[in-house]
Amino acid sequence: MGAPRLATGPSKNKLRSETVNRTFYWMVIPALLLFVVLHTIPALTGIFYSFTNYAGYGEWDFVGIGNYVNLFRDDRILSSYGFTFLFATTTTIVVNVGALFIALLLNAKIKFQTAFRGIFFIPNVLSVLIVGYVFNYLLSNNLPLVGQALGIEWLSSSVLTNPDLAWLGIVGVTAWQSIAFSVIIYLAGLQTVPAELYEAASIDGATHWRKFTSITFPMISAFFTINMVLALKGLLQAFDQIVALTGGGPGTSTESVAMVIYRGGFQGGEYGYQMANSVVYLIVIVVLSLLQMRTLQRKEADFS
Amino acid sequence: MSKHSVSGEPVSSSTSPHGPVKKRRISNVNVPVTVLVAVLSLTVLIPLYFTVVTALKSPDQLGGTGFELPTSIHPENFSKAWELTNFPNALLTSGIVTAAAVVLTIITNSMVAYSVARNMHRPFFKALYYFFIAALFVPFPIIMLPVTKETALLGLDNPVGLFLLYTVYGLSFNVFVYTAFIKSIPSELEEAAIMDGASHWTTFWKVIFPLLTPMNATVGILTCLWAWNDFLLPLVILSDPATRTLPLVQYIFQSQFNTDYSTAFASYLMAMAPLLLVYLFAQRWVISGVMRGSIK
Repeated sequence: MGAPRLATGPSKNKLRSETVNRTFYWMVIPALLLFVVLHTIPALTGIFYSFTNYAGYGEWDFVGIGNYVNLFRDDRILSSYGFTFLFATTTTIVVNVGALFIALLLNAKIKFQTAFRGIFFIPNVLSVLIVGYVFNYLLSNNLPLVGQALGIEWLSSSVLTNPDLAWLGIVGVTAWQSIAFSVIIYLAGLQTVPAELYEAASIDGATHWRKFTSITFPMISAFFTINMVLALKGLLQAFDQIVALTGGGPGTSTESVAMVIYRGGFQGGEYGYQMANSVVYLIVIVVLSLLQMRTLQRKEADFS
Repeated sequence: MSKHSVSGEPVSSSTSPHGPVKKRRISNVNVPVTVLVAVLSLTVLIPLYFTVVTALKSPDQLGGTGFELPTSIHPENFSKAWELTNFPNALLTSGIVTAAAVVLTIITNSMVAYSVARNMHRPFFKALYYFFIAALFVPFPIIMLPVTKETALLGLDNPVGLFLLYTVYGLSFNVFVYTAFIKSIPSELEEAAIMDGASHWTTFWKVIFPLLTPMNATVGILTCLWAWNDFLLPLVILSDPATRTLPLVQYIFQSQFNTDYSTAFASYLMAMAPLLLVYLFAQRWVISGVMRGSIK
């Protein structure tokens, strides 16, 4: 995609001047140029190098689709995809269920509503990396004490050094932080639901659960879509919290795709190879996002 | 309850304005739910409390459950962290990058969105709109290797390059949010100004930009949170150790002094404090700003 000049001849304009005022172009061109230089051109050169054996320095040769073929035979790559999907889908579900629950509570007739709302948003103000470091300490030193006190064996040592459980630690910490943002979006949604609906339902003798499934959820389904799409997209890029919590370990069991790209590309001399990985991952993200939006929006349509 | 009584109503009554529905008086407070919310809020507050007490303890006080109050306060943790991380320097870098990113983002992204929104019937601007939206699907990790190479080549491997990147990478999302808002502003306003002889440029700054204030706040808040807390971009872009941002400094510190937890926690606290303090005072404003972004 270069400069998108797909012009189909000068457009006929009904009332105003026949040409676009030049000011409009001046408002767009500088930002567009910067965007092309810092986003589009790197993306295109990246795709180009994905067909080479470039190490990030020195000489390189074309290797055709060799990198792409090797990706699918590389256990480290495959396991990073497996971990990232498992992590992202689990966390997306945990975050949305948790956030919707908290938003419903916050929207009820409670005391100190504004203060509580303010507290639940705090994690979103903090750096993911630093939150990761704090929880790294908590999960390695304090949680095992709880496990020992209760005599639960799997909790008695750090979950982050346990190859089977480390990913759950990352899910928990990420959810702790990501719920904050989703709660606010759901609250915004809940405030668009007219109170009369609930009054009418109460007169009809509807239970809380029935009100939720028949009124609340259908009315805020657009906000559900936003939250699901934003959460999944963000979580598929996970990097900071993993650096802080496990560094990809134990072994490489919690290496995310972003982390493999970073390590291989910057430290492993795999520039070309990791660009092929990036291209594949881009395709995966685009397909997943489109699928997700389609199914969720179809659901929205059903409700209305 | 018949489904009709429910599904019939939304269409007519969902037109209520965006503002929070504040008709409930606190006359009948739901006490059990209030208690439940209070208990749940501890999941947020306890880790924060833990960070604060750990930062105040000396290393030999760290045993036990870790949640005890410190027996003696150790402010030297902070002075040590201050020096080891070169805190003033990192604070300055983070502050400059964040402030520049916010200002530049609001100015440029609103202009782009305005031009696009008012010219959507023209192929160039329409294509531009979809071009930016398409870029939403390209997360940074995917282009980070070539971007790092290119910024180094262009001499942008410094804080200036960093805030330019935030300005440009926010464009996709911000144009999306701004255009939806601008479309709701009647174009008669500008047409009147133009009739009176104002240029498009003046019209934008004098008429449209002030009307965008709520959206500018939303975009500004989101950009500020992102630029201040981001770790991956500074990690790969910044080459000079003298210009590290606060999160990056924590990372370097952690890899060098990974057993000195008291100092580390003091350092975390100092890095989190500035934005946390701003948030405490501007809490309502921040939250309403974020909410506005989701209702278009």
